[in-house]
Amino acid sequence: MKIIKSLLAGASIALVASITQAATSGNTLASVDPEADRLALQSFFQKRFPQVPVDDYVNGIYALDSGSRAQWEEIEEFPPYEFDVEEGEVLFNTPFANGKSYADCFANEGVGIRQNFPRWDDSQGKIVTLESAINQCREANGEKKLGWKKGKIAQISAYMAYTSRGNVFDVKIPNDGAKAAYLDGKQSFYTRRGQLNMSCANCHVAGSNVLIRADLPGPALGHVTHFPVFRSKWGNLGTLQRRYAGCQSNVRGVSQKAQGEKLSNLEFFQTYMSNGLEVNGPGARK
Amino acid sequence: MRKNIIKHALLGLVLIGASSMTLADYSADQIAKGKALYLNKKAGNCIACHMIPDADAKLPGNQGPPLLAMKARFPDPKVLRMQIWDPTVKNPTTIMPPFGKHWILSEDEIDAIVAYLYQY
Ligand code: HEC
Ligand code: HEC
Repeated sequence: MKIIKSLLAGASIALVASITQAATSGNTLASVDPEADRLALQSFFQKRFPQVPVDDYVNGIYALDSGSRAQWEEIEEFPPYEFDVEEGEVLFNTPFANGKSYADCFANEGVGIRQNFPRWDDSQGKIVTLESAINQCREANGEKKLGWKKGKIAQISAYMAYTSRGNVFDVKIPNDGAKAAYLDGKQSFYTRRGQLNMSCANCHVAGSNVLIRADLPGPALGHVTHFPVFRSKWGNLGTLQRRYAGCQSNVRGVSQKAQGEKLSNLEFFQTYMSNGLEVNGPGARK
Repeated sequence: MRKNIIKHALLGLVLIGASSMTLADYSADQIAKGKALYLNKKAGNCIACHMIPDADAKLPGNQGPPLLAMKARFPDPKVLRMQIWDPTVKNPTTIMPPFGKHWILSEDEIDAIVAYLYQY
């Protein structure tokens, strides 16, 4: 009997991690409090990993797992995204057929502004991510839209992030329209999906830094700061919403449309959670 | 820590084994089928989250507790089956998928996994 008890004690230690959840504010427009949610997520991770400074969460799983961190630091010495940043700069500075360029579409001519995206656009009544702003700029100037997940759009986004490194994420919720988008994103994050019935929070809050076979899901805090990302598995650069599609299909669910309202609201919610952290994109990942 | 748990558990198994393990309850075929489902990424993929002291179950994840001394801890196979059928009944916030309820595994397949788990 004693043996069984000590066995159960062992098993329950493994359990502690999966029971704890980040406390959050409410689920309605009236009761939701984004700032309280953000602070709750921060304090959840600070309690869970007391030795990790909040600022280090921009490094994703490498903030928590010292084993893979050394390998990653080595990769960052000769960053695999370097070519993409250079290519992105060229694309960014190449004028459209009408003589205008990206710089004409953005505040501060598009330099050092990554931290303000995604943003709520009142006239459109929706969230505009950096990638959708890039394509809106193209369309306004008579150019065709780029594909959403990789290639040129990721390169331009990478260059824009690169010029913003060190700036602090500062996503704003100016009115109820923006708040409703935030709430929708929050709901997506906590709602279970797919045949496997998992939420983002299952893996990236309670389950973060706990092995799923050989994979360690990273912390939700700081999830977005380093995008776009050069992922070894992809062999190239990809946007945040490309990654979302991957996680959604891993739970045997249907992936939602890139830059559709759902994923853009999710990106808005996730970025708000990382307010106060530095932009450090583009990044390199396994 | 993990090593320690395994040691205790193995000791437990040895002691318990003499009295209550009735391997004959399940056919070798069923046990082999359960094992394959346990390991297969496209089927149960239990190994993604649970270690089990089977030499073939290499590099398990640890989202869930180790599956040890199963017969002693789950003397009633219905309880074990229910945990696999729909773990959200016991813990609404669990990460473990509802294998039966969501048609991830068939009833026969879940029974085969139960047979396999009872070997440990
Ligand atoms: C079954 C577990 C699981 C679920 C469910 C899941 N993810 Fe992931 N996710 C992972 C793993 C494993 C990785 C790769 C390791 C890492 O970088 O976090 C990952 C990576 C990511 C990354 C990239 C992190 C980085 O630093 O580059 C983001 C962003 C992400 N997931 C968001 C989400 C969102 C949003 C959802 C819900 C729609 C979700 N994930 C659902 C397991 C999961
Ligand atoms: C994505 C992770 C995951 C997968 C896959 C998974 N489990 Fe679990 N399992 C857990 C967690 C976490 C628990 C802890 C209990 C809880 O969360 O309610 C658990 C608990 C259990 C328990 C109860 C253990 C105890 O000591 O009380 C059994 C038995 C079990 N799982 C069997 C299985 C089997 C069999 C499969 C495959 C068919 C499987 N699990 C797949 C995560 C998982």
